[in-house]
Formats: sequence, structure tokens, C-alpha cells
Amino acid sequence: MTARDEVLARISTALGRARGEAPGEISGAAAIPRRYRRAGATAAGEGVPAGVGHQAELVELLVDRLVDYRATVTRSEPAGVADVLAQRLGQHRIDSVLVPDGFPEEWLGAVSAERRTDDALTPAQLDGIDGVLCTGTLAIAETGTIVLDSGPGQGRRALSLVPDYLLIVLTSDQIVAGVPEAVARLDSGRPLTWISGPSATSDIELNRVEGVHGPRTLDVILIQAARPGF
Amino acid sequence: MTVAGKTYLGMPTAPPGVGQLRGDESFPDAAETALANGQLRRNLANATSTIRAKRAAVVAEVPDWQELRAAAAAVKDDVLAHLDSYLVQLEARVTERGGVVHWARDANEANRIVTELVAATGSREVVKVKSMATQEIGLNQALEEAGILAFETDLAELIVQLGDDRPSHILVPAIHRNRTEIRDIFLSEMAGVDCGLTDDPAALAEAARRYLREKFLTTKVAISGANFAIADTGTLMVVESEGNGRMCLTLPDTLITVMGIEKLLPSFTDLEVFLQLLPRSSTGERMNPYTSMWTGVHPGDGPQEFHLVLLDNGRTATLADERGRAALRCIRCSACLNVCPVYERTGGHAYGSVYPGPIGAVLSPQLTGVADNPSLPFASTLCGACYDVCPVAIDIPKMLVHLRERVNQDKATSHRLPTPESAGMAAASWAMRGHRRWTWLLRAARLGRLARLSRLSRSAAGRRLLPPPLSAWVSSRDLPAPPAQSFRDWWAEQ
Ligand code: SF4
Repeated sequence: MTARDEVLARISTALGRARGEAPGEISGAAAIPRRYRRAGATAAGEGVPAGVGHQAELVELLVDRLVDYRATVTRSEPAGVADVLAQRLGQHRIDSVLVPDGFPEEWLGAVSAERRTDDALTPAQLDGIDGVLCTGTLAIAETGTIVLDSGPGQGRRALSLVPDYLLIVLTSDQIVAGVPEAVARLDSGRPLTWISGPSATSDIELNRVEGVHGPRTLDVILIQAARPGF
Repeated sequence: MTVAGKTYLGMPTAPPGVGQLRGDESFPDAAETALANGQLRRNLANATSTIRAKRAAVVAEVPDWQELRAAAAAVKDDVLAHLDSYLVQLEARVTERGGVVHWARDANEANRIVTELVAATGSREVVKVKSMATQEIGLNQALEEAGILAFETDLAELIVQLGDDRPSHILVPAIHRNRTEIRDIFLSEMAGVDCGLTDDPAALAEAARRYLREKFLTTKVAISGANFAIADTGTLMVVESEGNGRMCLTLPDTLITVMGIEKLLPSFTDLEVFLQLLPRSSTGERMNPYTSMWTGVHPGDGPQEFHLVLLDNGRTATLADERGRAALRCIRCSACLNVCPVYERTGGHAYGSVYPGPIGAVLSPQLTGVADNPSLPFASTLCGACYDVCPVAIDIPKMLVHLRERVNQDKATSHRLPTPESAGMAAASWAMRGHRRWTWLLRAARLGRLARLSRLSRSAAGRRLLPPPLSAWVSSRDLPAPPAQSFRDWWAEQ
């Protein structure tokens, strides 16, 4: 008997099925009590009607959470993104910056750092670049989480990981309230990376130390409007 | 034999002589050594009280916590009730997406599969993401015997590996070490470390970063565990903090993931429950810094070869015991360790298994068979704090009592005399025998009667009123406050 058949047979016996009895149909989601909040709520626990007021509240909550994780958040009007972006790179003395395919060109107008593209760079080559820019897929206000799915403007997973400085540009309409709304919007077929604050460890006497292996700096630019060109 | 006895007898358990599920000595003996170590107790007390407070604060932020727990328990029970169907579904999805699925009856088989997979790549080195399953089966040792070097990349696991030590906590395996001890380990064991290294946590983390950077950028094979696997999509998931997990999961050419067969969730949607419960219960954060999800192989992004090893190693034996089965709901958050008065005093090593604390006391004896871990079900005061914090609502105290019965039954059938610990503990387990007595005791605790009992018991006369485990329980002053409403009460109301 193969290991596969044997493990499956053990499970069947363990569940008290008679020999040869087929496993029951999987019940699927129907049997699960889902009385928890699934949409439209905030950390205060109240369902808030969708709309402008709701979105503004989510922005505040997200910023609060991100800052709590020691990420830096800079807000910008759509017209000011290029300047804000260049200013952030300057402040962190980023001399070389990786720009993934699909990152909006109009945000790069004022960047003076050397621009690199991902032409199958090796991990060691990625390690030689100061910082990386990317867009996000969505952000979760309650938990301060930004999700990347390797889509346009983001590039493959290694890009947001190896350089020491990561700048993510988000638009306020990408923010959802809680984890359930995020899960509902994501495509499980894509590689997903959920980022909540910069890399950190608490392994030494539970002291939080930022940046062990991932980028030590997480810089977020939040645009108060919809994304251009998408 | 009871009816339940028939089903779990004869189901193969985790084999002895491999991996880390059995200690060299019984819990009381090992605990005695630990209790004599003042430094260890101080490190532990500090750590557990810190995580307890962080957890309590972030759990209090979530107004629907009990609803999430109820959903999580139901999801995991659904997985267990249809485990074979879900595993076959997972296998199909992973295979469709370019992954290769392997099945392992036990630790030996899993070790052999992984060793052969690594050997086939031609690499003699692997980087590892912290994983309970690979520790359970003793994978590093098996690889070493085959001439393959395994580098642990989680900071705490690295401290444990360099110190030739054993992990003592599920989440923070080096919790028993303080900063000075860690610096000394780095200075003597870490190649190329600066001899002026201080014991500042930031400096220690920086030393680990430098030491591992080269490994991440050049190693071609990685080995990980999985926090969850999604049956309906074939998605695998790892949660972590440091980014070492992402390094291992994305930079190498080949990824081998070893996963216990119970780590399934039926659908991607179920993540909405578990990604809320796990980080808050585990590290006391709203969300852990990094979560990675991958489905088979993603062309041009990450490892282009992916193997998934599905491990039984005593899990089907656990599944066969209807009253012990719920231990397989465990998502290894470690919340139960941090609230356990016994764990706080003895530390993780006393449990002899990679699974310490309350969950270890029920899981290890089930994976190995109770005959191989007879003292663990007695390593508890049955205070119930573990049940209250468990995000998947495992009634650990009730299960401990059930396993105590099984230990005694096992000893009776094999005509062995009861051990001193089982005789001594029998005096205390009266309270746990019946559901009503236990519920009464918990209510009494909430009504504050226990506080009076506790004050009384701190006097010598008072202590004599209660048998040893209970006297220790009520006289420990830093127990978490009993919750206003027990999960069982809450459940009954729904
Ligand atoms: S038993 Fe519950 S509390 Fe303990 S580690 Fe498992 S899931 Fe967490």
C-alpha cells in the first residue's frame, strides 16, 4: 500500500467509517457559524455606511496603525506625488532605486536617484540596490496591513524584500476596513505578501527590534484619491 | 475497554527513536531541575507576563472575538470530520499548479523523502524557516546524517541551534535565554562575528542579519513548515516577523514544505477568521509583520520547484480518539503556554517534546501514545486559563482529564503499578471528573470565592486543606484574572 493510500485509510478508520465506505461530501462553508463582522465595520465594532465619511475614517485608522508599527506615512494630493516621492528618497539618501514594471511614470518626474529596472536581477544584485518603490494591491485599516500580489507596479516578491528601504504608494480607495473584506478582494492564485510594518524581531527578551532581514525602513505615501492610469 | 478505546488502539503513533516528542525523563523529574533554576524562572516570568498583557490588549480591541473563536472551532472540526476529502482536494490543487505532493506515514518516512529531495538538487546546504513539524520529526539531524547542513534562519531558532540547545516555547523558542547568554553564544559560535559585540538586542539582531545574509542570497534549497494550507485553492501560507521566512520562500530555486495533515482550512475565505485570531493570540500584535502565501509554482516569481510533504506521525491516532481529537484544531499560537502557571514555572524543556505547555500536555501523549508520555497529562493544575485564551476553543482541561483516564487504563491493562504522580494527582482530579463540578469551580472562581480560597491557601493551614496541585494553583499570585464569562457559558447562550 502506498503511504498516500495508507494515510487516507487510517483517516477513514479513525473517523469510524466501515471498510470501503466513501468519505462524506465536504460540507463547504454552509455549516460554519459566521456571526462575526464580515464587512463595513471598523475597530470600534460599529457598522458604518459606506461612503466618503467611512473612507475618511478608514484612512485615519490605517495611518494610526502603520505609525504604531513604526512605518512612516506621508499624505499627498494626487498632483503632489512626484515631489513627495523624490523628497522621501532624498531624506533617506537613496542613491539607487528599483522601479518595477508598471509603476506609474508620472510619479517619477522628480526622482534624481539612479533608476534600475528588474531585468532578472540575481538576489546579490538586488542586495546592491538601496531602495525599491512599489504600488500596493490593498490595505487593511484595522490591522495596518498592506497586501502585495506581484501585480503591475509591484514586481516579483523578491523586489520588496531584499533592498533595505521600501516605499509603497497607496491610494485611499484601496483601503478596506478589516481582514474579511481584504480576503474577499484578493486573488488566491497570485503570490501574496502581507506586510504590517517593517521587518521586526522580538526574540531577544521580547524587545522589538526593527529590520532583521526584510527592509528596515517602510515608507508609505498615501494619495487622497483614486490611482491614475488603472 | 471503552468504546473510544477500540478506535484508538492499533492506530500507528509517532515512532520512537526519531524526532522530538519524548523526553528523557518524566515531567516531574524534569520540572524539578527547572524549578531550581532561578534565572530561567525570571526570564520566563518576564516574558510570559509581557506577552499576556499584549495579547489581552489586542484581543480586547476585537468586539466579535467569541464569534471568531466559534467559527474557527467549527471550521477546524469540519476539516477533521472530512480530513481525507480535504487532503485529496489540496493534493489536486497543488499538483495542478505545478507542485509535487508527497505523503509520509511517520517521521522516518518524512525525513527520508526530504533528504532525497534535497540530495536530488545536488545542494549540500539548506536554509530553514522555523517550523514545528520539522522539529517534531528531527529533520535537521536526519539531514546531517546524510551530509546536508541545515541553517535555521529564525533568530530564536538560530540562537537555539548555535547554542546546541532545544527550543522551549512554540513562538519564542529562545525565551529561556537572556541577552547576555545570547551574546555569549554568538561570540563563541557565530563565524565572523565582531568580538566587541554588545548584548544590546539591536546589535545582536544586526549580527544575525550579517551572518545569514550570505546564506539567503546563495542557498538553492529552502525548507519550511506551513501555518495553513487551503484545500479549495491549494494555497500554502507562512506567517512570520523577521523576513527570514520570505527570504527562504522566495529566493531559492527549490522549496520543500513539511506540513502536518491537520493544518488545512477548507476555503480561502476561512483565512478571514484565522488571520484575525492567530497574530493576536500569538505575538499579541494586530497582524504579524509578514505573511506569505503561494499556490504551487508562480512562473518567474519565487522557487520554480515546490514539494509539499504531508505528515501523519501520530495524527491519525489522535483523530481516532473522539474525546482527544480536538487537539488537532491547534494552530500553534502558543497563547496557552503564556497563561499556564505550570509552564511559567517549569519552562518548555520539562515537557520533553517540541510541543510544551498545555497543548503539549495533550498533544504529545496522543501523537506518541499515552504509554510513551504518561506523566504529561498530569502536568497541569487544570485551572482552565488555557481554554479561555485558546483561539480555536480547545477544552484542554477536559482533555487532560480524559487522557489521565487513558494513562491509568493503559497502566491497568499492562499490569503496571500506578506511578507516584498519577496517585498523587488522582486526589486532585475529583474536581475535573464531572463536567458540572468543573463548571462550578470555574464559576466559583469568577464569583471571587476562589480569591478568598487563595488567601486562605497561602497560609500553611490553608494549604493543608487542598491537595498539592490545587494548593499550588490557588497560591500562585499572578494567575490571569478569570474571564467574566467562560467560552462554555457564552456558547450555551448562543
Ligand atoms: S492549544 Fe489553542 S492556545 Fe494552545 S497553541 Fe494551540 S491554538 Fe494556541
